[in-house]
Amino acid sequence: MCAVRVGLDIGSTTIKCAVVGEQGELLWSSYQRHYSHILEKAREMLCQGAAGHVPGGRALLAISGSAGMGLADSCGVPFVQEVFATRVAANRLAPGTDCVIELGGEDAKILFLTNGTEVRMNGSCAGGTGAFIDQMATLLKMGADEMDAAAQTATRTYTIASRCGVFAKSDIQPLINQGAKAGDIAASIYQAVVNQTIAGLAQGRPIKGRVLYLGGPLTFSQTLRQSFDRTLGTAGICPENSLLYVALGAAYYADTAFDLAEVAGRLQAYSATATYASQPPLFATKEEYEAFHARHMRATVPHVPFGVDCGPVHIGIDAGSTTVKLVVIDSEARILYTNYQPNLGNPVPLVREVLLRLYERHPGLAIASVTATGYGEELVKNAFHADFGLVETVAHFTAARYFLPDVDFIIDIGGQDMKCFKIEDGAISNIFLNEACSSGCGSFLQTFAQALGYDVKEFAAMGLFAPRPVDLGSRCTVFMNSSVKQAQKDGASIENISAGLSISVVKNALYKVIRAASPEELGRKVVVQGGTFYNEAVLRAFEQEMGIEVIRPDIAGLMGAYGAALHGRAKARPGMRSAVLNEQQLKDFTQTVTSVPCKGCGNHCQLTVNTFADGQRFISGNRCEKPVTGKAGDESLDLYAYKRDLLESYRAHPTDPDCLPAAGPRANIGIPLCLNLYELLPFWHTLFTRLGFAVTVSPFSSRALYQAGQATIPSDTACFPAKLSHGHIDALLKAGVDAVFYPCMSYNLDEGLGDNHYNCPVVAYYPEVLSGNCPELGKTTFIYDYVNIERRKDFTKRFPGILGRYFPDVPKRLYKPAIDAAYAEYARHMALVRQKGEDIIAAARRQGKRIIVLAGRPYHIDPEINHGIDKLILRHGATVVTEDSVSHLVEKFPTHVLNQWTYHSRLYAAAKYCTTQPDMDLVQLVSFGCGLDAITGDETREILQAGGKLYTQLKIDEITNLGAVNIRLRSLFAALEERQGR
Amino acid sequence: MEYTTPNFTPDMVKTHTILIPNMAPIQFRLMAAALRSEGYTVEFLGNCGSRVAQLGLQYVHNDTCYPALLVIGQFLDALASGRYDLDHTALLITQTGGGCRASNYIKLLRKALVRAGYGNIPVASLNFSGLEKESGLPLSVRLLRKTIAAVEYGDLIMALRSQTRPYQNTPGAAEAMTEKWIDTAGGWIEAGRGYTSHEMKHNFAAIAADFAAIPLTRTPKVKVGVVGEIYVKYSPLGNNDLEKFLESQDCEVNFPGLMGFVEYCVANYRLDVDFYGGSHLVAGGADLLLSYLDSLGTAAAEALRTHGFYAPGTFRELMKKPQGIISLGAKMGEGWLLTAEMLELVEGGYPNIVCAQPFGCLPNHIVGKGMINKIRALYPQANITPVDYDPSATAVNQENRIKLMLAVAKENLAAAGAAPAPATAESLAGGPPALATAP
Repeated sequence: MCAVRVGLDIGSTTIKCAVVGEQGELLWSSYQRHYSHILEKAREMLCQGAAGHVPGGRALLAISGSAGMGLADSCGVPFVQEVFATRVAANRLAPGTDCVIELGGEDAKILFLTNGTEVRMNGSCAGGTGAFIDQMATLLKMGADEMDAAAQTATRTYTIASRCGVFAKSDIQPLINQGAKAGDIAASIYQAVVNQTIAGLAQGRPIKGRVLYLGGPLTFSQTLRQSFDRTLGTAGICPENSLLYVALGAAYYADTAFDLAEVAGRLQAYSATATYASQPPLFATKEEYEAFHARHMRATVPHVPFGVDCGPVHIGIDAGSTTVKLVVIDSEARILYTNYQPNLGNPVPLVREVLLRLYERHPGLAIASVTATGYGEELVKNAFHADFGLVETVAHFTAARYFLPDVDFIIDIGGQDMKCFKIEDGAISNIFLNEACSSGCGSFLQTFAQALGYDVKEFAAMGLFAPRPVDLGSRCTVFMNSSVKQAQKDGASIENISAGLSISVVKNALYKVIRAASPEELGRKVVVQGGTFYNEAVLRAFEQEMGIEVIRPDIAGLMGAYGAALHGRAKARPGMRSAVLNEQQLKDFTQTVTSVPCKGCGNHCQLTVNTFADGQRFISGNRCEKPVTGKAGDESLDLYAYKRDLLESYRAHPTDPDCLPAAGPRANIGIPLCLNLYELLPFWHTLFTRLGFAVTVSPFSSRALYQAGQATIPSDTACFPAKLSHGHIDALLKAGVDAVFYPCMSYNLDEGLGDNHYNCPVVAYYPEVLSGNCPELGKTTFIYDYVNIERRKDFTKRFPGILGRYFPDVPKRLYKPAIDAAYAEYARHMALVRQKGEDIIAAARRQGKRIIVLAGRPYHIDPEINHGIDKLILRHGATVVTEDSVSHLVEKFPTHVLNQWTYHSRLYAAAKYCTTQPDMDLVQLVSFGCGLDAITGDETREILQAGGKLYTQLKIDEITNLGAVNIRLRSLFAALEERQGR
Repeated sequence: MEYTTPNFTPDMVKTHTILIPNMAPIQFRLMAAALRSEGYTVEFLGNCGSRVAQLGLQYVHNDTCYPALLVIGQFLDALASGRYDLDHTALLITQTGGGCRASNYIKLLRKALVRAGYGNIPVASLNFSGLEKESGLPLSVRLLRKTIAAVEYGDLIMALRSQTRPYQNTPGAAEAMTEKWIDTAGGWIEAGRGYTSHEMKHNFAAIAADFAAIPLTRTPKVKVGVVGEIYVKYSPLGNNDLEKFLESQDCEVNFPGLMGFVEYCVANYRLDVDFYGGSHLVAGGADLLLSYLDSLGTAAAEALRTHGFYAPGTFRELMKKPQGIISLGAKMGEGWLLTAEMLELVEGGYPNIVCAQPFGCLPNHIVGKGMINKIRALYPQANITPVDYDPSATAVNQENRIKLMLAVAKENLAAAGAAPAPATAESLAGGPPALATAP
């Protein structure tokens, strides 16, 4: 009988091995990053490491870890699920532990050990793990250790979405660009991980008692442990060997003896099989490649030498999300100078340096114009007094047109984002930007190249002649990781993986972002640009997938800056001198960045204030003009604000004095202001106050309200508006109500616009989830019966019975008038909304303003859900109305999809109405995770396009950053202006 | 762009081959027999592979539910295969109606067909909600009865197979028996026999008796129930062959029957009237149909129990289970049925449950994931793991979560061996398996 046990834990990023002796004592252990060389590392650990501590080379062996599963099966070694292994180890090594929190490379786990064992793992869509932290550290240009150290210096935290790396990036990038302090960002990242873990995994169960912290991130980062301690109100312990618990658990669990050398041999045999799904090679022959290469070399801009006395020149600056690009052209659009640098968090010093260099090398330089574009456009424009600013979509279009005047499709794949525009009649007719949950950008390839230990250029080139590219499909980065690892285990070579990744970048762009099924839907004259297309494997894959030849300009990575320069050239008056800072001013230039929360309103925008040497200030992060001008924006043209005011007025009147019983209110009923109650509050408020109850309405949502309820959310992939309702319940209970009223409603009201009048499943039944998962709710009366207010007669008959079960003393005679009043109040409310809509439209027309139908669901007026997008639109000089203020203006019409949800019927109707109004355009708000909007979005797009209108979709979630939203809106307005101008 | 395809007209029954996506393999094979006996030419699609999902991704909005993606991808793949005369091929898709986005599949299919260049292919809808009146599959009462028989036989054979296969002494015995009875029952239905309730009740007993004669060794095994969104629950294409995976892990697997879903849909007509008022005629009709269906289910369950197998209670009993957990008003998608099935499984000795759903499935946020805490509060032994399926999720990821559930299950099983044994399926079914006794 063997006395020595070996546990091998093969995780997503690291491999761990533990050898334990007879008494369970640790004899030898190892912890290494495997860089996906799983088989080699595993063999090495077994033969060169563990074997030395195993007498006779035989030991009881078990394998664990997310990457160990298939491997264990194929070499006949027992597999122990890793969470289970953790439990085995924790029970043995840290008895008395109540709860284990383990964060790994790609997994997050919580184990409850006492009072009913439960084990939880993150679902398939979850960030907040080691890989996420690594990704964020890369973004901050730090190592994991540096990030931890930096976080210790933090003075404040920002709100960062941690659900997925892609989301978080879009929060963090603007913070970096706005000059927020790295330490603060780092601390915010750790806090985001904590929130994600608790929101995703606690699911209503309190984490308390003796808490154990395990796994890499929690072992290595002090800040992370502190953040958990602070949030949980506990002092967790990170035990000795906290990295090895899974390996130790596997060792303790092992019950079958193996010859380690023999197992290593089986691993060797496994790696040689190379069975994976493959696709055709990118290039069959060398000649094919050479012809392809030569064809693309022809799309060039003339370059001319940049003399000492040169001018007038036009400078374009593209301060992108990860890079700063600068192009200098002469009056004939020839390129004199280009500069391309990674953006180290703040574009300002880089631009200053480049401009100074230009002044130094070209003393006689005459600058006619400077134009800024990209994420950092405003900042650069303000810092250096650039003459023009240009939304980046238009900048790219301007540049593409230079290469192909009749271009009909542009696709730009940059580092972090992807932009595609369809051009019709010389104007942008449709814009596609990558959504928060789709990857496939340049940094995606870079991340993998780095993970596999290559330089990205070298890595991409390896794929060109790969004979059997791996078929990786089109999936999100997190999942792609596991697919790549699987392919490696299946014996795919690096060349084939590289080619497979390049192909998947293209598939992501085509099928996830653009959703084009064929080249006909895309266009025939395509310009591809963005740094990612320098990668010939990606370029080739794109042409192959679409079956067309495209133009890839030689300055593919500089198109934004070039377009900006061209714009300046076109706009500059003859003889114009740029207002840009001169050499001396640049030398004296300083920039100080401070960050303050705005106290102007409930949005609490985090303002980043840049102050420059000349005393000029630039404020970013704001949604409205208030912090800049000191005056509140005019909200009279914002129907969202009006609707909020209407709802607020109910909150202000908790009782109806005429209906109060002499002894005071019968009870205090709490109504959570969430989901459909955003529309039905007038109805229920009136009904209850008329019946002699007091009504407490929960406040509009806020970040704090969300976090107060987040631990009770059972499904982390439900939409954000639904998740917020947990916070509303919490708020009501804290307010001390006697009962919470939130009815289930399969059916909505029938407005005659669709084939049926359902609510979506989440709106219909979310009270069931609250009842099942908010423990506090059990301590009060929760009334969540099923009602159907569309059947008014039946409702009037049935409701007394429903409420009577909870409040039998309400006199029967009161019900009928109260219910009639409720219906009347609802009708009045909707009439007010429509009237205000008419007023705003009329006012907009008088003032010559654009009208935007900001179309969502009733709950999208919540400031925490829409993140102040309504105010942002006002800031662009347009007016905002809602879908339900115009949907009654059209008759029911046929749709391609089954039109069966009331709220969505309004959406289609509003879209249809827009097509009849030249000055009215629709912007659809879509909550991430809304399954219905996959269907409604396409239909709305088609209705609008059939009517010659642009379709703009804004996908919103917990994200608080509005950078991407702003680009979309600006692109929309730019496109509208261009259309109008012709 | 208009996304319309020709309607399916009754005369196409004679001229067209109807392609049907394969959801529940056993039940659907028998349904094919029912359709054939009424003069339809049908073919169940078995094509799978990455191309199916790829075509789905290409032609269907990627955030749409996974089943829509797969079903549509499977159709497109089949049409492109060159195996069918495209002038005489039609597609059949089921629609349950209701507030779930699944009711939109047919529209998405038509759109995909037009975009993929198959705008001439008619699509027939099989539904009982009055949707798609111009393009519905012509249904006769006789065909309905045969279809019901197909599902009943299928459910029974599926249950027998899953309760014998893990314990069989001779590998392949249960599989051979399954094939034999699918062929036999299919033969009956195709010949226009075996679908009256009298015949069915007789046949149920014969089938159960035959399965009971398979020599078995009953060693304690981990018992796993599978619930979920109807397509990913049953379809091997949708759930990465979940049944096979669980069997490879040495488990007994219990898939609650397909008829439960049919009965659930029928029951909702009555429930809607109970909850909100409405036509008593509709409610009464639903009651009648439900009584007929439940009598068949009860007979099948009796046949199972008589021969020592586990069988769930009647559907009307199932309807009582969610009381205090979720209302029967939750009727979108699988609605309250899913919660009820979980309860039925836990109470019936299958405390380990995979709750399978497409990623982002809206009803399952509520009736699946949302109810697990409540179920566990009542039954601490309930060991439920929700698993999401979508084109991005890898099998490794899913299997890892299932393995975690199984590890806990195995531990519970070992602990149960030492402690006084909890109620097992056998004891609930009225004793250990006995040899077949003549009726």
